Amino acid sequence: MADSASNDAFVEFERVQKSYDGETLVVKDLNLKMPKGEFLTMLGPSGSGKTTCLMMLAGFETATHGDIRLDGVSINNIPPHKRGIGMVFQNYALFPHMTIAENLSFPLEVRKMGKSEREAKIKRALDMVEMGDFGGRRPSQLSGGQQQRVALARALVFEPELVLMDEPLGALDKQLREKMQFEITHLAHSLGITTVYVTHDQTEALTMSDRVAVFDDGRIQQLAPPDQLYEAPINSFVAQFIGENNTLEGTVKEIKNGLALVQLDDGGLIDCSPVHESVKAGARTRVSIRPERVEYNKDRLQEGAHTLKAEVLEFIYMGDIFRTRLRVAGNDEFIIKTRNAPDQVRLKPGETIEIGWLPEDCRALDA
Amino acid sequence: MSDTTDTGPVLAADGTPLKRSLARALRRQKLRALMLIAPLLLFVLLTFILPIVDMLFRSVENQIVSETLPKTVVELRDWDASSGELPGEAVFAALAADMKVAVEEKTHTRLGSRLNYEKTGMSSLFRKSGRKVKRWDLVEDAPFKEKFIDIDKDWGDIEVWRTIQTYSPKLTNGYFLNSVDMQKGVDGAEARPENQQIYITLFGRTLFMSLMITGSCILLAYPVAWILANLPSRTANMLMILVLLPFWTSLLVRTSAWKVMLQQQGVINDVLVWLGLVADDSRLVMINNQFGTIVAMTHILLPFMILPMYSVMQTIAPTYLRAAKSLGATNWTAFWRVYFPQSVPGIGAGSILVFILAIGYYITPEIVGGTKGVFISNRIAYHISSSLNWGLAAALGTILLAVVLILYWAYDKIVGIDNVKLG
Amino acid sequence: MKFTKLTALALSTAICAPAAFAADMADEMTIVSWGGAYSHSQQMAYHEPYMAKTGVKIINDESSNEAVAKLRAMNEAGNVTWDVVDVVAADAMRLCDEGLAMEIDPDTMLAPAPDGTSAADDFGELLVSECFIPQIVYSTTFGYRTDLVGDTPPTSVCDVFDLEGYPGKRALEKRPINNMEWALLCDGVPKAEVYDVLETPEGQERALAKLDTIKDSVIWWSAGADTPQLLADGEVVMGSTYNGRLFSVIEEQDQPVAMLWDAQVFDLDGWIIPAGLSEERKARALDYIMFATDTQRLADQAKYISYGPARKSSAPLVGKHEELGIEMAPHMPTDPENAKNTFLYNYEFWADYRDDIDAKFQAWLAK
Repeated sequence: MADSASNDAFVEFERVQKSYDGETLVVKDLNLKMPKGEFLTMLGPSGSGKTTCLMMLAGFETATHGDIRLDGVSINNIPPHKRGIGMVFQNYALFPHMTIAENLSFPLEVRKMGKSEREAKIKRALDMVEMGDFGGRRPSQLSGGQQQRVALARALVFEPELVLMDEPLGALDKQLREKMQFEITHLAHSLGITTVYVTHDQTEALTMSDRVAVFDDGRIQQLAPPDQLYEAPINSFVAQFIGENNTLEGTVKEIKNGLALVQLDDGGLIDCSPVHESVKAGARTRVSIRPERVEYNKDRLQEGAHTLKAEVLEFIYMGDIFRTRLRVAGNDEFIIKTRNAPDQVRLKPGETIEIGWLPEDCRALDA
Repeated sequence: MSDTTDTGPVLAADGTPLKRSLARALRRQKLRALMLIAPLLLFVLLTFILPIVDMLFRSVENQIVSETLPKTVVELRDWDASSGELPGEAVFAALAADMKVAVEEKTHTRLGSRLNYEKTGMSSLFRKSGRKVKRWDLVEDAPFKEKFIDIDKDWGDIEVWRTIQTYSPKLTNGYFLNSVDMQKGVDGAEARPENQQIYITLFGRTLFMSLMITGSCILLAYPVAWILANLPSRTANMLMILVLLPFWTSLLVRTSAWKVMLQQQGVINDVLVWLGLVADDSRLVMINNQFGTIVAMTHILLPFMILPMYSVMQTIAPTYLRAAKSLGATNWTAFWRVYFPQSVPGIGAGSILVFILAIGYYITPEIVGGTKGVFISNRIAYHISSSLNWGLAAALGTILLAVVLILYWAYDKIVGIDNVKLG
Repeated sequence: MKFTKLTALALSTAICAPAAFAADMADEMTIVSWGGAYSHSQQMAYHEPYMAKTGVKIINDESSNEAVAKLRAMNEAGNVTWDVVDVVAADAMRLCDEGLAMEIDPDTMLAPAPDGTSAADDFGELLVSECFIPQIVYSTTFGYRTDLVGDTPPTSVCDVFDLEGYPGKRALEKRPINNMEWALLCDGVPKAEVYDVLETPEGQERALAKLDTIKDSVIWWSAGADTPQLLADGEVVMGSTYNGRLFSVIEEQDQPVAMLWDAQVFDLDGWIIPAGLSEERKARALDYIMFATDTQRLADQAKYISYGPARKSSAPLVGKHEELGIEMAPHMPTDPENAKNTFLYNYEFWADYRDDIDAKFQAWLAK
């Protein structure tokens, strides 16, 4: 059973727990399977356990309980240097006393590789990240982006099948970060490497990954491809954490035809899709609506759909979109986003409007 | 616009050439900077530079002979020591005249002490002669040759006159020659008799022992600094107090404590005898020798090694070791190829500190060094405070300073001085 | 008329002189000594009575062991801050030679004995230098552990060189003075010829050769407190030091140590007045010296420390120890019972040979 489960998973966490102090669990019951070649991102706020998971996989932390398998083999007792996993660190960790070429040569030397072979591999790896001319320099002579590329090349030069990246782009400016995001995914896919990528930046997670594991409180809250994660969060944490989100709180009045009728705390009624298992008649719930799915043009709303009164508090012109802040059911932070189209109405502060949405865009989640 | 097309110098707003007004503005800035560092500059000048210059000068200064015996020195200039004959009456008459003045000013005994460093017996020769010459009349009592020899037969010794002649120039290399176990002989510099050679041995021993002490400091300090640097800062600060504790105890107390520990009836020997590891009648000799000196000085200088190492190691992120291991290095390889090279600046700074402090130490070697554990500084201290041979002390000090500078230079060439970091 | 005028002038000068003299004396003085028990004895015997009598403030400085170097440095700097300095006779001679100490005329500057004997006669041959006012006679002699020497305690200084009869370590001073003389004595040189032999290079070799026979069993000391401590710890069987130090180990600390007075070397300790003092300070220093070196004061000092007064007239006045209540006379190095075989430090000889023999001695030590 265990064997067959492992066969299709390249990296596997099975019931892994981790505690540093013997009192609290930093990682509680982690189960995860990754097929070969997948780009998986661990996303979560700091302290959610994602980095600990990465470190356990790399071998720098030991699991308190449970099994971590790599290609079907348990690696719990294998020291880090024998795991053959490439790793890119947050601050690159390029050895400052070595040149770039020496940095890349290091993993090859400890593998007792011959000189000519080493040189060929170093050249290939540096060319791959477009740093071919920088072999003789020291890390301190490179810019942050260049160091990032070298760190990547160093993690790949000994051709590992699995590469771990611990917030590798955190120190770069926005423009460079976006460029590197693209390059890293491109490289990972073209080389067919399995990648585990840790970040707290959701944009990064959404744009780069095949799948994203959202961590909170030592557990994976949701493991799904980016579009699912955004459009169909399965609980309010994920809904809140991924993208911008409006929430309203209320009580489920009834569930009918697969729709939940929710009475908000100020009395307003709305239709939602019951997503979370806790959503039952009489239960408290928190509903989530994406700002771009809110409609205030009555013509576009479904016949008979429930609507809410909203007062316009602020209108912000952002070029491609308009961003409007409303007061809805006592919530002053209700945001709607509308495309800047020729026929779009520009709302004015003080105006009172009616807003509504498709029931499937309103997700009733755990309270 | 017109400024740039003009071929003349660029002018500032008020018409003065831009270069000059820039220089004036900078000069004010430089002056202000100078004012800020002036107190320190003055302090360093007075307490450091001037004494060193004075020391350098003393090591060659020798005006006392020509100042005390001005006429004699002139008369003696043409005398040939190798002729085997005593100088003539003219020299003795000049000596009588010079001595008379010197006795009046009480400088003849001082000259005697000075020349006694070069030839034994000069001290009492001048003291004794002074008393007699005082009563002579320069005109009526002439000639003086026989009279001087009557006072002391040493005045009839050619060696005495040769010494005066050799040391009559205002500058001498005699102290430096003495510092390297040589002396001014008849045919220039020659080696001292073997039973008086000591300084080369002491210089060698001082360097050797300082290196040993530096080495043992490195060995002991490295693991401690490593642990301190890798502990949480609260625990590290606690332990740091333990490291610094020796600083707050007086040097003499600590050295004496080592005596109590290491002597033959001391704590360590008692324990070894009690454990049966050492027989009572063959207790280990661990003090009053080189071992004792190395132990006591290593202990005293250890903080100077730990502190720079610690502050350098603190800056080495633990991710480097992780990175190395993730790249396939074993613990040892990761340490040796990644961590250690980055900690070298700390070792360098600590070593330079410890070595230079060790080379000039004298209290501890004096107390626990016995005969084989004393340093050149002990001889310098002796010549400063006991024999009053300050010229020799200055020459020894100058050589020591030169040795330190040469080693520093060598260090810079081999390791590179930018590779020294205090944190 | 002329006569009376002159008489009046002379009279008035005579009357006014003491008053004017007193008014011209400094009311504060710095006295330099060795510290410890020795300074204490001076404080009790000299300083306290003098301060009570004159109201002068005495500042103590414990720098005697480096007095020569410091006085030279002060003299070069042109700022002598000391008024009276306690030094050993050899240092006094050196200071006198260097012109750093003031010459003293014993007949006018020192008090005569109570019976009218002049100070010059009372001090006698102990006035070894023109600048030196002797204070005490001390001796460098041996002490031994009574419990470590078996049934036959040592009686001769040559027992120090007898490793078979008295195995164990010995403490000797780390300088040639005294050691060279003892070595020659025990090598068969008659006492009267010791310095004649020591003048020659062969004699010096001979002394060192004799010392060579015990070199491996010697602990060399440089501070007076070392030997008493080494004896108390049982580190050495016997050792040389100042007799007063041994007195306190034996009588005050009750250690199993006894004196070996044989071939004790007498030395002198006393005062010098630095050259170049201002008139007021010189007058004060001379006034102090006149007071502190009179017959009674020198005898008083022996109540506190077992060193013999330097005046012949003081010897009969030596009484009991102030605290222990024991007779001090038998503990004086000058007591006939102790002084059967003594040696007087030859100042002239060592002034000439010190540099030469010291170089040889140190070279021998370092071998």
